[in-house]
Amino acid sequence: MDEMKLLSLNRINRKYQYLLSVLIIGIVSSACYASSLIIGYRVVAYILLITVSLIAMVFDILPVLLAAILSALIWDFFFIPPHFTFQVSSAEDTILLFMYLVIAMVNAVLTYKIRRMEKEAILKEEKENTVKLYNTLLNSLSHELRTPIATIIAATDNLQAGNTRLTAHDKYELVAEIAKASFRLNQQVENLLNMSRLESGFIQPKNDWTDINEVVYDTVKRIEENKVTQKISININPDIPLFKIDKGMLEQVLYNILNNACLYTPANTRIDIMAMNHADVMKIVIEDNGKGFPQDELKDVFDKFYRLRNTKTGGTGLGLSIVRGFIEAMGGRVQLENKLTGGARFVIEIPAETSYLKNLKNE
Amino acid sequence: MNKAGILIIDDEAQIQKLLAITLQSNDYAVSHAATAKEGLVMAASHPPDMIILDLGLPDENGHSVLQQLREWYTNPIIILSVQSDEEDIIKALDNGANDYLVKPFRTGELLARIRAALKKSNANEINPIITNGNLQIDLSQRIIRKNGEIVKLTVTEYTLFALFVKNEGKVLTHHYLLREVWGPGFINQSQYLRVFIAQLRKKIEDDANHPEYIITESGVGYRFLSKE
Repeated sequence: MDEMKLLSLNRINRKYQYLLSVLIIGIVSSACYASSLIIGYRVVAYILLITVSLIAMVFDILPVLLAAILSALIWDFFFIPPHFTFQVSSAEDTILLFMYLVIAMVNAVLTYKIRRMEKEAILKEEKENTVKLYNTLLNSLSHELRTPIATIIAATDNLQAGNTRLTAHDKYELVAEIAKASFRLNQQVENLLNMSRLESGFIQPKNDWTDINEVVYDTVKRIEENKVTQKISININPDIPLFKIDKGMLEQVLYNILNNACLYTPANTRIDIMAMNHADVMKIVIEDNGKGFPQDELKDVFDKFYRLRNTKTGGTGLGLSIVRGFIEAMGGRVQLENKLTGGARFVIEIPAETSYLKNLKNE
Repeated sequence: MNKAGILIIDDEAQIQKLLAITLQSNDYAVSHAATAKEGLVMAASHPPDMIILDLGLPDENGHSVLQQLREWYTNPIIILSVQSDEEDIIKALDNGANDYLVKPFRTGELLARIRAALKKSNANEINPIITNGNLQIDLSQRIIRKNGEIVKLTVTEYTLFALFVKNEGKVLTHHYLLREVWGPGFINQSQYLRVFIAQLRKKIEDDANHPEYIITESGVGYRFLSKE
């Protein structure tokens, strides 16, 4: 039996395990009783023993011991002559009955021990994986946080040291580096705070009427303030309704996707943003004509701390996991695919109440 | 003209120092308090022209400090907050704060907010004829011109726009705008506001998607900016 099945059966409620043990022993004994004319009562012992062994492979120790004792009693009562008494007439049968009990119990205990060891091995492996994940996180986090901090400390040292050979241009560059580093630090802290909000499970969208035009244009403006080289174009149907949605979360989602696109696509890549209403589902598509994602990693990129295998250093692997976390918290979903013509396409769909309010126009 | 006096109530020594350097180099007289208690005493003994109040103080909740100040203090109060918690900001604005800044903020932004708030409290009455960028606004005649041409506004659009003009530089919360323009029964009907802001921008702004006059303060409200 494979491990998964074993594990799932382990989760069967203890109460049902007792019940099932009794039931299985009962059914097998009945079948044996019906065919007791063909098979001798000693063969029945073997059949019951195998049944108990099989039960031992999936159930807890106590239900198995119950099955062992019950089967011994049944064998004694119904099969060992004289029938329908617990008496055993021959010495040979007494020894057999005794041996039956010992073998059934030893079998139960040994199987249980082996399974417990297996379980411990699985737990240990899980724990090792968690530790590995934790270390990966710590490494990428400390890199992401320490790099800007190191920049700030080094740049300020330079400026404070009274180094007379620093030109005005050098000083300007150093200050610009400090500014860039602080911005980066702030962004990472923002990501970490968002992630801990998601992890806490208390994240509750604050839905309010939202103008999608405003969200998209404002977010693109913020992205463009980072002096990106990509060309972002926006295409939104002018008749798009208002959506009742959490504007702050949606902005963060768009910012993270666009920021990602600008960090990891080549210069001058085109990024297209489209927004539409599909029967009270707000749909936003963001696609680029860059290189796209490696096909075998598409499914992983939304995982927490996941970083593409062949990617430059930097980044915590939090951005896209926050994207998925926020969208799912809003009751929506996000899909990522590579376009046939190359480049990535994110499709965000969030069900939301809509409002057209056309009748207000002449008020 | 005398230097405007600003009292900073913030327990973070670093923020205090930076604010002091920034403000003094921009010709403001700065004093500071590190606790709510100290701040309240200083404000009472030498009422400043403006108070910059951090919401996260060690000894008392910033909101309660704000309320105590507002019982008698009428000059502008600008709130500093670390959390970008919109509800916290809205609460402070509803309790009489004139403006807010979320840490980390840019120095330019801080100075602009201070100038706007001080200007507002200096001007007793608004000049009914205002020129702002390519807009000429005549509140007495209810006429708005953009590049010399009259902009046709509906009654509601005009009411909303006039409210912005009279509160130039100040952030107006969603609830405030809905209450003032549509009435108290409409404070949760934010879709009206969204629609009318979009319409106003189409008429007033050069590019409605990149507004320069009516600026969105995400999750909080809107702010009408001067282009001067």
